[in-house]
This record gives sequence, structure tokens and C-alpha cells, in this order.
Amino acid sequence: MKVLMFGWEYPPFLSGGLGTACYGITQGLSNNNVEVKLILPSRRGIVPETKTNIEILGADEIVMTEEFKSMLEKTLSFQKGTEMLSPFLSPYGTQLSGNEFFSRYQNVMAEIAGRDSGTILAFTGNYGRDLMAEVFRYGLIGEYLGTLGDFDVIQAHDWLTILAGIGAKRTSGKPLVIQIHATEYDRSGDNVNGNICNIEKYGMEEADRIIAVSYYTKNLIVEKYDIDPHKVTVIHNAVEKEKQLERLGIRKNLDEKYVLFLGRVTMQKGPDYFIEAANLVLKKLGNVRFVMAGSGDMMPRLVERAASLKITDRFHFTGFLNNRQQVERMYAMSDLYVMPSVSEPFGITAFEAILYDVPIILSKQSGVSEILKGAMKVDFWDVPKLASAIVNLLENEKLAKEMVDSCKNELRDIHWNNAGQKMKNLFHTLLFSNEF
Amino acid sequence: MVSVCFYFQVHQPFRLRKNYSFFDIGANHFYEDEDANRDICNKVSAKCYIPMNRLLLELVDRFQGRFKVAFSISGIALEQLQRFNPEVVDLFKQLAATGAVEFINETYYHSLAFLFSHADFKKQVHEHKKLIKEMFGQTPTTFRNTELIYNNELARYVEELGYTTILAEGADHVLGWRSPNFVYQPKDCYKLVLLLKNYKLSDDIAFRFSNRGWKEFPLTADKYATWLHAINGNGEIINLFMDYETFGEHQWQDTGIFNFMRALPEKVLAHPDYQFINPREAHLHYTPVAKIDVPHFVSWADIERDLTAWLGNPMQNSASEMVWRLEKDLIKLGDENLLSVWHKLLTSDHYYYMCTKWFSDGDVHKYFNPYDTPFDAYIVFMNVFNDLKETVKQRLKEKRVRTVKSKKA
Repeated sequence: MKVLMFGWEYPPFLSGGLGTACYGITQGLSNNNVEVKLILPSRRGIVPETKTNIEILGADEIVMTEEFKSMLEKTLSFQKGTEMLSPFLSPYGTQLSGNEFFSRYQNVMAEIAGRDSGTILAFTGNYGRDLMAEVFRYGLIGEYLGTLGDFDVIQAHDWLTILAGIGAKRTSGKPLVIQIHATEYDRSGDNVNGNICNIEKYGMEEADRIIAVSYYTKNLIVEKYDIDPHKVTVIHNAVEKEKQLERLGIRKNLDEKYVLFLGRVTMQKGPDYFIEAANLVLKKLGNVRFVMAGSGDMMPRLVERAASLKITDRFHFTGFLNNRQQVERMYAMSDLYVMPSVSEPFGITAFEAILYDVPIILSKQSGVSEILKGAMKVDFWDVPKLASAIVNLLENEKLAKEMVDSCKNELRDIHWNNAGQKMKNLFHTLLFSNEF
Repeated sequence: MVSVCFYFQVHQPFRLRKNYSFFDIGANHFYEDEDANRDICNKVSAKCYIPMNRLLLELVDRFQGRFKVAFSISGIALEQLQRFNPEVVDLFKQLAATGAVEFINETYYHSLAFLFSHADFKKQVHEHKKLIKEMFGQTPTTFRNTELIYNNELARYVEELGYTTILAEGADHVLGWRSPNFVYQPKDCYKLVLLLKNYKLSDDIAFRFSNRGWKEFPLTADKYATWLHAINGNGEIINLFMDYETFGEHQWQDTGIFNFMRALPEKVLAHPDYQFINPREAHLHYTPVAKIDVPHFVSWADIERDLTAWLGNPMQNSASEMVWRLEKDLIKLGDENLLSVWHKLLTSDHYYYMCTKWFSDGDVHKYFNPYDTPFDAYIVFMNVFNDLKETVKQRLKEKRVRTVKSKKA
């Protein structure tokens, strides 16, 4: 299986988180035996690691061949740019009128047509003033590469590459998957750039499938862009904390730290040790809140215990979190995750916490502590030690950060291979099921 | 003469939104379950308040004022009725205008304030007094504390506030060998008279009326009047205190409760030595026969007749302790809106919902409890409390900043 992938940035040249994600995704796919032909605006000498199935091509390396020229002719003469422009002729066009866009598009085409040979397009691959023009040129590259047809499926990341993805789909007829890492609403709040929204909506409509990097993002795609939820699959990215909060629209009191227990409230998970440790910590620190998320047969006893310790103005019970969005929110809000399990064969929630950049304290009795060597570990029954570990990590942000980074490193490969596997499955369904 | 003294309690709490969750803290300051509150007021008005008020108007009219009853309506119940069922309030006003219906004073928020802050207790009593005056044109002289919670200290305090009658539960451990059917005086009081509920005769109507397993079933007005008449010669006053919702809500219309009440006054008054009186008149007719010493709190709840329906388990204790700890800051802020929000969290029902005494048996507590478990009740209450607490903290901070700025200016 081969993917034609349109990216915008790639390590070591990074402007945002997109490059890191793109790197992880290509690695994950490659490790799952998917060939990746990754297109970037400019290669800038990036060479993929050896022994991978990744090929990298810069858009600025593509030379003006007769083939390309005739394709451009067709675009110009037969379609007069209207197809490319269709999103801007829709009622959503707010900031620039359709006419302005059309003339800008014509300028780009004239610039291209004026060249006879050599590199056809100059790309900076940055986020400069002429970004929109670059996005259009990139779209033309997409159309051209689509004509080559040496791939099975197309994948594009965010609005910058959407036009390229659509172009490739149009000329090749191959299915298009768009991965949304952030929407215009994430970037700009309610003061959105209408043109960018149009491109996003156009892409989401044209795509055969959409990958959202969180349930929150999926919700935005469905609500703000009016997309059928069945078309959207969630595959998580590992994202940094600040970005996560911003992305989920969480406003947090900065003076306060949240310590999370998430899981069934049953004997096996050790929630009672969590409460006792919380009580000790609250005697020492005033700016901490403890959250017990989940439900189970120990709930009544623990609620009464917390009440009799008189810590319920700092210790909160959420009950069972009945949707993924709440779980996501809970992790993103937290500054520390505690898993005091008495007995835990594995403990996937510890992985999830790391994914959300949350430092973790594990009981030595959990299976996952074997893999996460960098995590802080205590015996579940050692409440004073658990309490001092919590205080330590809350008070020493540097230590907490180091811990998360080291866990993340340990997890990175596991995570991206996992994501790659999910994407491969998605492509597989697209290509071989009758559904599409 | 033997007097029959009816007093009916009307109360509806502001119920909290059961889905007010941890995620709402700091984000959502709207705590009340407006839908549930409206639905319940509508339901109870249709089943009880409207038909029973009409019946009482009819009876007062028929007996030319010789049939009398008294009401205590909590301030927050009146607030909700005004908002959702103004027709009910009109009927209460008509009852007040007859002169045969007394309106008793209580804490506006149906709270346990006397146990925590005398200053705030006094404030709530005054607020309620003002409301009664405005709505019904009466200046109350009878006081009853939330859920008939009572002790010597309360009686003393209430006497100082100028009241002449106070109501309490005729609990066995209070009365000992004595009968509830006389007028008493609280231990340290000199003017205030104490009326004690005859719980047996009250509960015959309130709890047993429709109980088919009861050997006296079915209870007729004739039979009940005979029981009342049997007291002649060994008692002076029969205090029948009960929830007003008994009529039509707890005992449904098809049990015959309305017909029972329609027939009762005539049967009672058939005896020449019997009359109906209001609690405020008790001291005019009778001299207290003895002083009663109640050092510990009694109430009309459960078998224990103590405070354990609202206070005692760790949830109830921590919730009330934390809520009352906000009092000082709220006074400092002086924001009437926030004070009223806080006051609504003092309503006894919230703590009643957290009671675990009867949780396993599931009975009367469960009947009145909108939550599945007392733990759910506690969690929701604490979420709301924590939001209010954060709001207060925030506002205090803003106020300090303002004060510093204005001092600089």
C-alpha cells in the first residue's frame, strides 16, 4: 500500500506541532509496511532515515515538463480556474471576494506559464505573507502529482495542504483522507479567517474520510463545518500540554494544580490510598485540587471518607465520565496523574495520561510500570510516600517535565506505531470495502 | 372548653440541578433545577394546594369563622408559588382575609440557622415576618422553627424577639408522663406559651389515614371526632400539626381525605364543649399548666425525633460546616444576590437528602429524595458549594483590588 502524503513541515524545520506529528505519522505508517511518498513545499535537504518506506519530495524540485505544462494549459483554458476556486464562490467567502481571489489565482498562473524550464515554483514552506499564494501553488503541484498515479490513497494534513490533496484526488480519482490537527476555530477563536474556513470545509466535504486528532476536534468538525460524524475517525496525536488546553478551550486557574485519579472506584484500583494521600498533601499545600473520576462499588465509602476528612472543598468526585470528550478534558486539565492500583495487569490510563503530557505516579504493582521506566513509582500501600511524591512533582515543575519527556520517549514509538496501524486499517477499509 | 388547633406546614425547597457536575465548577453559576421545581409546584398545586385551599375557604365560610386553621409557609415556597402558581397565593390571601386563618412565622429559607448562627437566624426570621405582613397583612406572634426543631435556648431567644406562642413536637422523651393536650411554658420563659404536637392523633391523619393494614382503617370523620371528644375532661387543647401536602399529595384524593376533612368540623363542633382555635389565641384561653425543660434539641422527624435527619453523618456535617464558614465573607461582600444564593443552600432539605439512616430500608426519606443515593446528593451539593465558594473568593479579590485603587486615588 502506498500513500501520497502532503505535509507542510518536517523535522528539523519546524514552525508548529504539525511537523512533529507528520514525522510520527510517517514513521508509524512505515513501520506498518505502508509506503509513504511525502510531499513538502521544500525539502531543504531533508533526507528520510534509512531503512524506512519513506520517500520525501520537495514541491520546489518539480521541473516544468511538457506534461506539466499541458496540464496547466488544461486547467487554464478549460476550467478557467473555477474548479479550484469553487470554495470561494460559495456563500462562505467573507474576507476576500471571489473576484479578488480569482485575480490572485490568475497572477499565480501567469507566473507559472511565463517560465519555460527549471524549478517551476518557489516555496518558502513558512507561514509568511504570501501564504495563500503558496497554498494555491501547492494545490497545482497536487494536481500534477495526481496525474502520475503511483499511489493508492492520498493523505493531507490541515488546511495548508488541503487544496493539494483535492487536486491529486481530482486528477487521480484515488480516495482522499484529510487529517485535521487544528481547525481555524482552534487557531483564531471566533475571529476566524473566512477563506481558511472555506478551504477547510471544502476539503472536509471532498475528503472520503477525515481523521481528527481528538474527540474535541471531531466535535468541532461536526458542529462548525456541518460534517457527517460517521465520516470522522479519531486517532490521537501526542500533543503538548499548553496546546492541549488551548485546543480544548479550557481556562484553568493557573494558581491551582489538579491531581487526577481516573478509573473504576473499586478495591483493585486503590482509590482509598488516593484519598488518604490527598488528605496528607492538603495539609501541606493549599493550591491543589484532587479529582476522582469514575464510579464503582467503593464510591459510597469513599465519599463518606472524604466528607469526614473535611476535604471535599478540595477533593472532587466527577462520577462516571460517560463520553470521551470529558475524559479528554479531564486529562488535559490535570497536572498529575496517580494510579495507585493494588493490582493492575497493565494500566492503559497511564499511557493516556502521558499522551496528554501529564506526569504520572504509578504503583509498583501495576504492569505498565515495567514499560514506563521514567515514571515515579511507589508501593500502593505506602501512603506517606505517595503523598510526598505528589508534593514533589507538584512543587518541582522541572522534575515533572523531565519525567513526562522521558516517559514520552519511551512511549513515542509505541504510540505512533499504534496510530499508524489505525490509519492503515482506515485506508484498507477505504480501498477494499464497498462502503465507499 | 377543649380546643382543636390545626397547623399545616407548606414548604418546597429550591432543588438543585442533579447534573451539576465537577465540570460546571467555575463555569456555570446556575444551580437550580428550574424544570423540576416548576413541575413539582404545578403538581402539588393541582393535587393539594388548590383543592384544599378551596375546601378550607368553603369550611371557614360555612362555619362563619368557627372553623380555624393555621399555616406556616416557608419563604422559598411562597417565592416559588408566586412565580409558578400565583393562583395558589391568591387563595392563601383569601384565606388570610377571612380572619380565621393564622400565618405562622419561621425562617425564610426553612433552614437550620439557629444551630449555626443566631445572627443569621434572626435575619431570616425577620425576612419571613416581613413577607407575611406584605402578603397576608398579619404580624405574626406565633413562631415555629424548621421541622419543629426546638430546645430551651431557642424558646428563650424567640421570647426575646417578642413572640407569644411557639410550637414543638410532643415527643415522648420531652413529655415523659405528661400529656401533650395542655398548654405549657418553656423552662426559662415567662410570656411565651408552648404548644406540643399530639403526634398520635396528627399521624392518624397524616400517615395512617389510607393504610389498609391499620386496624382503624377506614378512618371516618365520625370515628375521629369521637377520639377527639374522648379527651374532654383530661385535656384542653389538641394540637394537630402536619404537612399540608398530606391532603391530596401524600394521601391522594381517592383515599377520601378531602371528604374526611369536609365532614370533620361539623362532627367536632357537634360537641358543645369543643372549638377550633389558632395557635396565637392559646395564651388568651389557657394558662400554662407546667414548665417544660428541653435541654437537647428535639424535632418532628423520624422515630428519633432529633437532628439526625439533617446532621450527624460526615457528609451532612462537612457540608453544613463548610457552607456556614462562608457567612463572614458573604457579609463582608454585602452582595444581596450572592447572599440569597447562599441562603438557599441552607435549606434543610439539602441535608435531608444526604441522610444515610434509612438508606438501606428505603422509606419516607427516599420518597422525598430526588437523588438515587445520599452520596449523589452530597456530590451535587458540594459541586454547587465549591462554585459558590470560588465565586465569593473571586469577588473578594476584586473588591480588595478596587479598595486599594480607590485609596490610591
